[in-house]
Amino acid sequence: MKMLNRRSFLKGGLAGGAAIAAVGTSKQALAGTQSFGGYPDSMGVLVDLTKCVGCRTCEAACNKEQGLPEPDKPFDDPSVFDERREGGLPRRTSEKAYTVVQKYDVPGREHPLFRKVQCNHCNEPACLTSCFVNAYRKTPEGAVMYDPTVCVGCRTCMVACPFYIPAYSYSSATNPVVKKCIMCYETRLKFGRPPACVEACPQEVMTFGKRKDLLKLAHQRISEKPEAYVDHVYGETEVGGTAWLYMSDVPFDQIGYDTHLGTQPIINYVKEFLAIVPMVLTIWPALFTGFHLLSNRKDAAKNEQNNS
Amino acid sequence: MGGRKKTLLGMAALMLLTAPLAGKSWAGDGPGTVELGSLANHYSAVTFDHAMHTGVAASCAECHHHTTGVAPTDPNCARCHEAGATAGSVACKSCHSDNRFSAADLAKIEGSPQLFHKGKPGLKGAYHRKCLGCHTTMGGPTGCQDCHTRNDKGDAFFNSGKYAPAPTASGGHGGGH
Repeated sequence: MKMLNRRSFLKGGLAGGAAIAAVGTSKQALAGTQSFGGYPDSMGVLVDLTKCVGCRTCEAACNKEQGLPEPDKPFDDPSVFDERREGGLPRRTSEKAYTVVQKYDVPGREHPLFRKVQCNHCNEPACLTSCFVNAYRKTPEGAVMYDPTVCVGCRTCMVACPFYIPAYSYSSATNPVVKKCIMCYETRLKFGRPPACVEACPQEVMTFGKRKDLLKLAHQRISEKPEAYVDHVYGETEVGGTAWLYMSDVPFDQIGYDTHLGTQPIINYVKEFLAIVPMVLTIWPALFTGFHLLSNRKDAAKNEQNNS
Repeated sequence: MGGRKKTLLGMAALMLLTAPLAGKSWAGDGPGTVELGSLANHYSAVTFDHAMHTGVAASCAECHHHTTGVAPTDPNCARCHEAGATAGSVACKSCHSDNRFSAADLAKIEGSPQLFHKGKPGLKGAYHRKCLGCHTTMGGPTGCQDCHTRNDKGDAFFNSGKYAPAPTASGGHGGGH
Protein backbone atom coordinates (compact mmCIF):
# COMPACT_ATOMS: atom_id res chain seq x y z
CA MET A 1 0.00 0.00 0.00
CA LYS A 2 2.75 2.33 1.00
CA MET A 3 4.82 1.40 -2.07
CA LEU A 4 1.87 1.98 -4.33
CA ASN A 5 1.34 5.38 -2.83
CA ARG A 6 4.93 6.34 -3.33
CA ARG A 7 4.99 5.05 -6.88
CA SER A 8 1.86 6.88 -7.88
CA PHE A 9 3.19 10.02 -6.26
CA LEU A 10 6.47 9.81 -8.15
CA LYS A 11 4.51 9.25 -11.35
CA GLY A 12 2.53 12.37 -10.61
CA GLY A 13 5.75 14.23 -9.87
CA LEU A 14 7.25 13.20 -13.20
CA ALA A 15 4.11 14.23 -15.03
CA GLY A 16 4.27 17.60 -13.29
CA GLY A 17 7.92 17.99 -14.25
CA ALA A 18 7.13 17.18 -17.86
CA ALA A 19 4.32 19.73 -17.77
CA ILE A 20 6.73 22.38 -16.50
CA ALA A 21 9.21 21.51 -19.21
CA ALA A 22 6.48 21.66 -21.86
CA VAL A 23 5.26 25.05 -20.69
CA GLY A 24 8.88 26.22 -20.52
CA THR A 25 9.61 25.27 -24.12
CA SER A 26 6.38 26.77 -25.41
CA LYS A 27 7.27 30.06 -23.70
CA GLN A 28 10.71 29.84 -25.23
CA ALA A 29 9.24 29.39 -28.70
CA LEU A 30 6.91 32.29 -28.05
CA ALA A 31 9.83 34.51 -27.08
CA GLY A 32 11.63 33.54 -30.25
CA THR A 33 8.81 34.47 -32.60
CA GLN A 34 7.70 37.59 -30.74
CA SER A 35 10.99 39.47 -30.89
CA PHE A 36 10.12 43.17 -30.65
CA GLY A 37 12.80 44.66 -32.88
CA GLY A 38 11.88 48.29 -32.20
CA TYR A 39 9.08 50.64 -33.21
CA PRO A 40 8.87 50.84 -37.03
CA ASP A 41 8.75 54.64 -37.33
CA SER A 42 10.96 55.54 -34.39
CA MET A 43 13.32 58.46 -34.79
CA GLY A 44 17.08 58.32 -34.51
CA VAL A 45 20.27 60.30 -34.84
CA LEU A 46 23.10 59.45 -37.22
CA VAL A 47 26.45 60.66 -35.89
CA ASP A 48 29.27 61.11 -38.38
CA LEU A 49 32.34 61.00 -36.17
CA THR A 50 34.60 62.11 -39.02
CA LYS A 51 33.03 65.57 -38.86
CA CYS A 52 33.24 66.30 -35.11
CA VAL A 53 35.77 68.99 -34.18
CA GLY A 54 35.39 68.71 -30.41
CA CYS A 55 33.94 72.18 -29.73
CA ARG A 56 31.60 70.86 -27.00
CA THR A 57 28.70 73.05 -28.15
CA CYS A 58 26.47 69.96 -27.80
CA GLU A 59 27.39 69.72 -24.14
CA ALA A 60 26.47 73.37 -23.56
CA ALA A 61 23.19 72.96 -25.44
CA CYS A 62 22.28 69.86 -23.40
CA ASN A 63 23.08 71.68 -20.18
CA LYS A 64 20.76 74.59 -21.04
CA GLU A 65 17.94 72.49 -22.53
CA GLN A 66 17.77 70.10 -19.60
CA GLY A 67 18.34 72.79 -16.96
CA LEU A 68 21.38 70.98 -15.60
CA PRO A 69 23.62 72.48 -12.89
CA GLU A 70 26.52 74.75 -13.69
CA PRO A 71 29.49 72.77 -15.04
CA ASP A 72 32.80 72.51 -13.19
CA LYS A 73 34.61 74.09 -16.12
CA PRO A 74 33.42 76.35 -18.99
CA PHE A 75 32.10 74.55 -22.04
CA ASP A 76 34.86 76.04 -24.19
CA ASP A 77 37.59 74.58 -21.98
CA PRO A 78 39.38 71.78 -23.90
CA SER A 79 41.28 70.63 -20.77
CA VAL A 80 38.34 68.33 -19.92
CA PHE A 81 39.51 66.02 -22.71
CA ASP A 82 42.59 65.17 -20.65
CA GLU A 83 40.65 64.39 -17.46
CA ARG A 84 40.87 60.76 -16.41
CA ARG A 85 38.76 58.82 -13.95
CA GLU A 86 39.38 55.40 -12.36
CA GLY A 87 41.22 53.08 -14.72
CA GLY A 88 42.55 55.88 -16.90
CA LEU A 89 39.24 56.19 -18.69
CA PRO A 90 37.95 59.45 -20.20
CA ARG A 91 35.01 61.41 -18.82
CA ARG A 92 31.63 59.69 -18.73
CA THR A 93 28.06 60.91 -18.40
CA SER A 94 27.04 62.16 -14.98
CA GLU A 95 24.11 63.72 -13.15
CA LYS A 96 25.46 67.09 -14.30
CA ALA A 97 26.17 66.14 -17.90
CA TYR A 98 23.90 63.85 -19.95
CA THR A 99 26.35 64.05 -22.83
CA VAL A 100 30.16 64.34 -22.91
CA VAL A 101 32.65 64.55 -25.75
CA GLN A 102 35.70 62.32 -25.55
CA LYS A 103 38.96 62.78 -27.44
CA TYR A 104 40.96 59.92 -28.94
CA ASP A 105 44.44 60.27 -30.34
CA VAL A 106 44.51 57.60 -33.02
CA PRO A 107 47.95 56.54 -34.29
CA GLY A 108 48.32 57.41 -37.96
CA ARG A 109 45.36 59.81 -37.96
CA GLU A 110 46.32 63.42 -38.64
CA HIS A 111 43.86 64.90 -36.15
CA PRO A 112 42.37 63.55 -32.95
CA LEU A 113 38.98 61.89 -33.20
CA PHE A 114 36.18 63.26 -31.04
CA ARG A 115 33.34 61.11 -29.89
CA LYS A 116 30.09 62.31 -28.34
CA VAL A 117 28.72 60.01 -25.68
CA GLN A 118 25.09 59.94 -24.50
CA CYS A 119 22.28 57.41 -24.13
CA ASN A 120 22.01 55.39 -27.35
CA HIS A 121 18.28 54.79 -26.82
CA CYS A 122 18.28 51.04 -27.56
CA ASN A 123 15.38 49.44 -29.41
CA GLU A 124 15.12 46.95 -26.55
CA PRO A 125 16.84 48.65 -23.63
CA ALA A 126 18.58 46.60 -20.97
CA CYS A 127 17.93 49.34 -18.41
CA LEU A 128 14.20 49.04 -19.05
CA THR A 129 14.09 45.27 -18.75
CA SER A 130 16.26 45.29 -15.64
CA CYS A 131 14.08 47.81 -13.77
CA PHE A 132 11.78 46.07 -11.31
CA VAL A 133 9.60 49.14 -10.64
CA ASN A 134 9.07 49.83 -14.37
CA ALA A 135 10.59 53.29 -14.13
CA TYR A 136 11.71 53.05 -17.74
CA ARG A 137 9.71 53.14 -20.95
CA LYS A 138 10.56 53.24 -24.63
CA THR A 139 8.40 55.74 -26.50
CA PRO A 140 7.25 55.05 -30.10
CA GLU A 141 9.32 58.10 -31.09
CA GLY A 142 12.43 56.26 -29.94
CA ALA A 143 13.36 57.85 -26.62
CA VAL A 144 14.12 55.75 -23.57
CA MET A 145 12.47 57.62 -20.72
CA TYR A 146 12.57 57.08 -17.00
CA ASP A 147 10.23 58.17 -14.25
CA PRO A 148 12.22 59.47 -11.27
CA THR A 149 9.11 59.45 -9.08
CA VAL A 150 8.95 55.66 -9.01
CA CYS A 151 12.71 55.06 -9.09
CA VAL A 152 13.84 53.49 -5.85
CA GLY A 153 17.53 54.01 -6.55
CA CYS A 154 18.56 50.36 -6.81
CA ARG A 155 20.87 51.26 -9.73
CA THR A 156 20.33 47.91 -11.48
CA CYS A 157 19.94 49.84 -14.74
CA MET A 158 23.44 51.24 -14.30
CA VAL A 159 24.75 47.67 -14.12
CA ALA A 160 22.54 46.47 -16.97
CA CYS A 161 23.40 49.23 -19.48
CA PRO A 162 26.01 47.92 -21.94
CA PHE A 163 27.12 51.50 -22.65
CA TYR A 164 27.59 52.67 -19.03
CA ILE A 165 25.17 55.57 -19.51
CA PRO A 166 22.76 55.99 -16.57
CA ALA A 167 24.29 58.18 -13.88
CA TYR A 168 23.21 58.57 -10.29
CA SER A 169 22.62 61.75 -8.32
CA TYR A 170 25.01 60.82 -5.55
CA SER A 171 25.01 64.48 -4.50
CA SER A 172 21.44 64.23 -3.23
CA ALA A 173 21.29 62.83 0.30
CA THR A 174 17.48 62.75 0.50
CA ASN A 175 16.24 61.76 -2.95
CA PRO A 176 18.96 60.35 -5.18
CA VAL A 177 17.69 59.17 -8.57
CA VAL A 178 19.04 57.89 -11.86
CA LYS A 179 19.88 60.61 -14.40
CA LYS A 180 20.39 60.20 -18.12
CA CYS A 181 19.73 61.61 -21.59
CA ILE A 182 16.04 61.40 -22.60
CA MET A 183 16.64 62.54 -26.21
CA CYS A 184 14.95 65.84 -25.22
CA TYR A 185 11.64 63.96 -25.38
CA GLU A 186 9.55 66.31 -23.23
CA THR A 187 10.67 69.55 -24.86
CA ARG A 188 11.47 68.51 -28.43
CA LEU A 189 11.20 64.92 -29.64
CA LYS A 190 7.49 64.48 -28.94
CA PHE A 191 6.87 67.57 -31.08
CA GLY A 192 8.91 66.09 -33.93
CA ARG A 193 11.95 68.24 -33.24
CA PRO A 194 15.52 66.94 -32.87
CA PRO A 195 17.41 66.92 -29.57
CA ALA A 196 19.09 70.20 -28.59
CA CYS A 197 22.60 68.83 -29.16
CA VAL A 198 21.75 67.90 -32.75
CA GLU A 199 20.49 71.37 -33.57
CA ALA A 200 23.30 73.21 -31.78
CA CYS A 201 26.20 71.43 -33.49
CA PRO A 202 28.01 73.88 -35.80
CA GLN A 203 29.36 71.05 -37.95
CA GLU A 204 25.98 69.31 -38.19
CA VAL A 205 27.77 66.12 -37.20
CA MET A 206 24.39 64.63 -36.37
CA THR A 207 21.50 63.94 -38.75
CA PHE A 208 18.02 63.59 -37.29
CA GLY A 209 15.36 61.45 -38.93
CA LYS A 210 13.58 58.13 -38.97
CA ARG A 211 15.96 55.40 -37.89
CA LYS A 212 15.26 53.28 -40.97
CA ASP A 213 15.99 56.28 -43.27
CA LEU A 214 19.18 57.10 -41.40
CA LEU A 215 20.44 53.55 -41.93
CA LYS A 216 19.90 53.88 -45.68
CA LEU A 217 21.63 57.26 -45.64
CA ALA A 218 24.57 55.90 -43.67
CA HIS A 219 25.12 52.97 -46.03
CA GLN A 220 24.79 55.22 -49.05
CA ARG A 221 27.37 57.60 -47.59
CA ILE A 222 29.74 54.71 -46.98
CA SER A 223 29.32 53.31 -50.48
CA GLU A 224 29.91 56.74 -52.02
CA LYS A 225 33.06 57.39 -49.99
CA PRO A 226 34.36 53.93 -49.09
CA GLU A 227 37.83 55.35 -48.38
CA ALA A 228 36.42 57.78 -45.79
CA TYR A 229 34.58 55.30 -43.56
CA VAL A 230 34.88 51.86 -42.03
CA ASP A 231 32.11 49.69 -43.48
CA HIS A 232 30.04 49.46 -40.35
CA VAL A 233 27.26 51.52 -38.80
CA TYR A 234 27.61 51.12 -35.06
CA GLY A 235 24.20 50.73 -33.48
CA GLU A 236 22.54 49.13 -36.49
CA THR A 237 22.71 45.68 -34.95
CA GLU A 238 24.49 46.11 -31.60
CA VAL A 239 22.35 44.81 -28.71
CA GLY A 240 19.39 44.56 -31.08
CA GLY A 241 19.86 48.05 -32.53
CA THR A 242 19.99 51.55 -31.08
CA ALA A 243 18.32 54.83 -32.07
CA TRP A 244 21.71 56.55 -32.16
CA LEU A 245 23.92 55.36 -35.02
CA TYR A 246 27.58 56.06 -35.65
CA MET A 247 29.89 56.27 -38.68
CA SER A 248 33.65 56.47 -38.32
CA ASP A 249 36.87 56.44 -40.31
CA VAL A 250 38.62 54.58 -37.47
CA PRO A 251 37.68 51.00 -36.42
CA PHE A 252 35.20 51.35 -33.58
CA ASP A 253 37.19 49.20 -31.14
CA GLN A 254 40.02 51.76 -31.28
CA ILE A 255 37.83 54.63 -30.12
CA GLY A 256 36.19 53.19 -27.06
CA TYR A 257 33.21 51.39 -28.62
CA ASP A 258 32.47 47.90 -27.32
CA THR A 259 32.43 45.76 -30.45
CA HIS A 260 31.71 42.51 -28.57
CA LEU A 261 28.19 43.25 -27.46
CA GLY A 262 26.57 40.91 -29.96
CA THR A 263 23.42 41.55 -31.94
CA GLN A 264 20.90 40.25 -29.43
CA PRO A 265 19.03 42.56 -27.06
CA ILE A 266 20.32 41.99 -23.52
CA ILE A 267 16.86 40.72 -22.52
CA ASN A 268 17.23 37.73 -24.86
CA TYR A 269 20.00 36.31 -22.69
CA VAL A 270 17.68 36.10 -19.70
CA LYS A 271 14.26 35.68 -21.36
CA GLU A 272 14.21 31.88 -20.99
CA PHE A 273 15.25 32.10 -17.39
CA LEU A 274 12.77 34.87 -16.60
CA ALA A 275 9.93 32.91 -18.23
CA ILE A 276 10.54 30.08 -15.76
CA VAL A 277 10.66 32.32 -12.70
CA PRO A 278 6.86 32.66 -12.23
CA MET A 279 6.44 28.89 -12.55
CA VAL A 280 9.23 28.24 -10.12
CA LEU A 281 7.55 30.60 -7.69
CA THR A 282 4.08 29.08 -8.05
CA ILE A 283 4.59 25.39 -8.78
CA TRP A 284 7.77 24.56 -6.89
CA PRO A 285 6.48 25.48 -3.42
CA ALA A 286 3.42 23.27 -3.87
CA LEU A 287 5.46 20.48 -5.44
CA PHE A 288 8.15 20.36 -2.80
CA THR A 289 5.71 20.84 0.03
CA GLY A 290 3.99 17.75 -1.35
CA PHE A 291 7.29 15.82 -1.42
CA HIS A 292 8.02 16.96 2.10
CA LEU A 293 4.61 16.01 3.45
CA LEU A 294 4.76 12.62 1.75
CA SER A 295 8.16 11.70 3.13
CA ASN A 296 7.10 12.99 6.53
CA ARG A 297 3.94 10.91 6.31
CA LYS A 298 6.08 7.87 5.55
CA ASP A 299 8.29 8.61 8.54
CA ALA A 300 5.28 9.32 10.69
CA ALA A 301 3.73 6.02 9.65
CA LYS A 302 7.03 4.25 10.42
CA ASN A 303 7.16 5.89 13.82
CA GLU A 304 3.60 4.85 14.46
CA GLN A 305 4.42 1.27 13.50
CA ASN A 306 7.51 1.27 15.72
CA ASN A 307 5.59 2.76 18.62
CA SER A 308 2.73 0.32 18.37
CA MET B 1 50.37 96.57 -63.42
CA GLY B 2 51.12 98.57 -60.27
CA GLY B 3 48.42 101.09 -61.13
CA ARG B 4 45.91 98.38 -61.72
CA LYS B 5 46.78 96.76 -58.43
CA LYS B 6 46.26 100.11 -56.66
CA THR B 7 42.87 100.54 -58.30
CA LEU B 8 41.93 97.05 -57.22
CA LEU B 9 43.07 97.76 -53.70
CA GLY B 10 41.08 100.98 -53.69
CA MET B 11 38.03 99.16 -54.95
CA ALA B 12 38.47 96.50 -52.33
CA ALA B 13 38.74 99.13 -49.59
CA LEU B 14 35.63 100.87 -50.88
CA MET B 15 33.79 97.58 -50.93
CA LEU B 16 34.87 96.81 -47.40
CA LEU B 17 33.46 100.13 -46.30
CA THR B 18 30.17 99.73 -48.10
CA ALA B 19 29.81 96.04 -47.33
CA PRO B 20 27.94 96.39 -44.04
CA LEU B 21 25.40 98.64 -45.78
CA ALA B 22 24.69 96.48 -48.78
CA GLY B 23 25.34 93.09 -47.22
CA LYS B 24 27.62 92.32 -50.08
CA SER B 25 29.47 94.10 -52.82
CA TRP B 26 30.40 92.78 -56.21
CA ALA B 27 33.76 92.74 -57.93
CA GLY B 28 33.81 91.04 -61.30
CA ASP B 29 32.70 87.46 -60.92
CA GLY B 30 31.83 87.62 -57.25
CA PRO B 31 31.38 89.80 -54.21
CA GLY B 32 34.41 91.37 -52.51
CA THR B 33 33.19 90.65 -49.05
CA VAL B 34 30.08 88.97 -47.73
CA GLU B 35 28.53 89.60 -44.37
CA LEU B 36 27.46 86.19 -43.07
CA GLY B 37 25.11 87.06 -40.27
CA SER B 38 21.72 85.42 -40.88
CA LEU B 39 22.48 82.79 -38.25
CA ALA B 40 24.27 85.08 -35.78
CA ASN B 41 23.15 84.16 -32.29
CA HIS B 42 25.95 83.35 -29.88
CA TYR B 43 28.57 84.88 -32.15
CA SER B 44 28.84 88.03 -34.22
CA ALA B 45 28.44 87.94 -37.99
CA VAL B 46 31.39 86.78 -40.09
CA THR B 47 32.82 89.24 -42.58
CA PHE B 48 33.89 86.83 -45.29
CA ASP B 49 36.56 88.09 -47.66
CA HIS B 50 35.28 86.48 -50.82
CA ALA B 51 37.81 88.20 -53.09
CA MET B 52 40.73 86.84 -51.07
CA HIS B 53 39.29 83.31 -51.08
CA THR B 54 38.77 83.29 -54.84
CA GLY B 55 42.53 83.72 -55.08
CA VAL B 56 43.15 80.75 -52.79
CA ALA B 57 40.56 78.28 -54.08
CA ALA B 58 41.52 76.25 -57.14
CA SER B 59 38.03 76.55 -58.57
CA CYS B 60 34.66 78.14 -57.78
CA ALA B 61 33.36 74.58 -57.47
CA GLU B 62 35.48 74.11 -54.32
CA CYS B 63 32.77 76.00 -52.46
CA HIS B 64 29.92 76.47 -54.93
CA HIS B 65 29.69 72.85 -56.09
CA HIS B 66 27.97 72.80 -59.50
CA THR B 67 26.06 76.11 -59.31
CA THR B 68 28.53 78.47 -61.00
CA GLY B 69 28.81 76.61 -64.28
CA VAL B 70 32.08 74.95 -63.33
CA ALA B 71 32.33 71.18 -63.21
CA PRO B 72 31.98 69.95 -59.62
CA THR B 73 35.10 68.59 -57.90
CA ASP B 74 33.27 65.80 -56.10
CA PRO B 75 32.82 62.81 -58.44
CA ASN B 76 29.58 61.91 -56.65
CA CYS B 77 28.12 65.30 -57.62
CA ALA B 78 29.43 64.94 -61.17
CA ARG B 79 27.28 61.86 -61.67
CA CYS B 80 24.29 64.17 -62.11
CA HIS B 81 25.80 67.64 -62.41
CA GLU B 82 28.65 66.87 -64.78
CA ALA B 83 28.27 70.00 -66.87
CA GLY B 84 27.93 72.17 -63.80
CA ALA B 85 24.47 73.54 -64.51
CA THR B 86 24.25 77.11 -63.30
CA ALA B 87 21.80 78.10 -60.61
CA GLY B 88 19.76 81.29 -60.37
CA SER B 89 21.47 82.16 -57.13
CA VAL B 90 24.83 80.85 -56.05
CA ALA B 91 24.51 82.02 -52.44
CA CYS B 92 25.04 79.24 -49.86
CA LYS B 93 21.66 79.93 -48.26
CA SER B 94 19.82 79.43 -51.56
CA CYS B 95 20.32 75.68 -51.21
CA HIS B 96 21.41 75.15 -47.61
CA SER B 97 18.50 75.80 -45.30
CA ASP B 98 19.06 78.33 -42.53
CA ASN B 99 16.40 76.51 -40.51
CA ARG B 100 17.60 72.97 -41.09
CA PHE B 101 15.54 71.40 -38.31
CA SER B 102 12.22 73.17 -38.83
CA ALA B 103 9.19 70.92 -39.27
CA ALA B 104 8.85 72.06 -42.88
CA ASP B 105 12.48 71.33 -43.65
CA LEU B 106 12.38 67.90 -42.01
CA ALA B 107 9.19 67.01 -43.90
CA LYS B 108 10.75 68.14 -47.16
CA ILE B 109 13.80 65.97 -46.61
CA GLU B 110 11.70 62.99 -45.57
CA GLY B 111 9.56 63.29 -48.71
CA SER B 112 12.48 63.77 -51.07
CA PRO B 113 13.10 60.89 -53.45
CA GLN B 114 16.71 61.98 -53.98
CA LEU B 115 18.27 60.25 -51.04
CA PHE B 116 21.67 61.81 -51.59
CA HIS B 117 20.36 65.27 -50.81
CA LYS B 118 18.76 64.03 -47.63
CA GLY B 119 22.18 64.30 -46.08
CA LYS B 120 22.67 67.84 -47.35
CA PRO B 121 23.75 69.99 -44.43
CA GLY B 122 21.89 73.11 -43.40
CA LEU B 123 23.46 76.54 -43.72
CA LYS B 124 25.30 76.34 -40.40
CA GLY B 125 26.74 72.94 -41.21
CA ALA B 126 27.66 73.98 -44.75
CA TYR B 127 29.55 77.05 -43.51
CA HIS B 128 31.45 75.28 -40.76
CA ARG B 129 32.29 72.12 -42.69
CA LYS B 130 33.46 74.04 -45.74
CA CYS B 131 35.42 76.71 -43.85
CA LEU B 132 36.89 74.51 -41.12
CA GLY B 133 37.56 71.63 -43.49
CA CYS B 134 39.63 73.80 -45.80
CA HIS B 135 41.25 75.81 -43.01
CA THR B 136 42.40 72.57 -41.40
CA THR B 137 44.08 71.28 -44.54
CA MET B 138 45.36 74.70 -45.70
CA GLY B 139 46.55 75.83 -42.29
CA GLY B 140 43.98 78.62 -41.90
CA PRO B 141 42.58 79.79 -38.57
CA THR B 142 40.44 77.11 -36.87
CA GLY B 143 39.52 78.65 -33.50
CA CYS B 144 35.86 79.59 -33.06
CA GLN B 145 36.67 83.21 -32.29
CA ASP B 146 39.25 83.49 -35.08
CA CYS B 147 36.32 83.99 -37.46
CA HIS B 148 33.53 85.32 -35.25
CA THR B 149 33.75 86.85 -31.79
CA ARG B 150 31.41 85.45 -29.18
CA ASN B 151 28.86 87.81 -27.70
CA ASP B 152 27.50 88.07 -24.17
CA LYS B 153 24.72 85.59 -24.92
CA GLY B 154 27.34 83.17 -26.21
CA ASP B 155 29.45 83.60 -23.09
CA ALA B 156 26.42 82.71 -20.96
CA PHE B 157 25.67 79.69 -23.17
CA PHE B 158 29.21 78.37 -22.83
CA ASN B 159 29.52 79.31 -19.14
CA SER B 160 32.61 81.24 -20.12
CA GLY B 161 34.03 84.74 -19.65
CA LYS B 162 32.20 86.49 -16.84
CA TYR B 163 29.83 83.50 -16.59
CA ALA B 164 32.65 81.02 -15.92
CA PRO B 165 32.07 78.76 -12.92
CA ALA B 166 34.08 79.56 -9.80
CA PRO B 167 37.03 77.17 -9.62
CA THR B 168 36.33 74.43 -7.08
CA ALA B 169 38.96 73.57 -4.48
CA SER B 170 38.80 69.85 -5.17
CA GLY B 171 38.37 70.29 -8.88
CA GLY B 172 36.29 67.13 -8.88
CA HIS B 173 32.83 66.59 -7.48
CA GLY B 174 32.11 70.25 -6.96
CA GLY B 175 28.74 71.88 -7.04
CA GLY B 176 26.88 70.60 -4.02
CA HIS B 177 23.60 70.56 -5.93
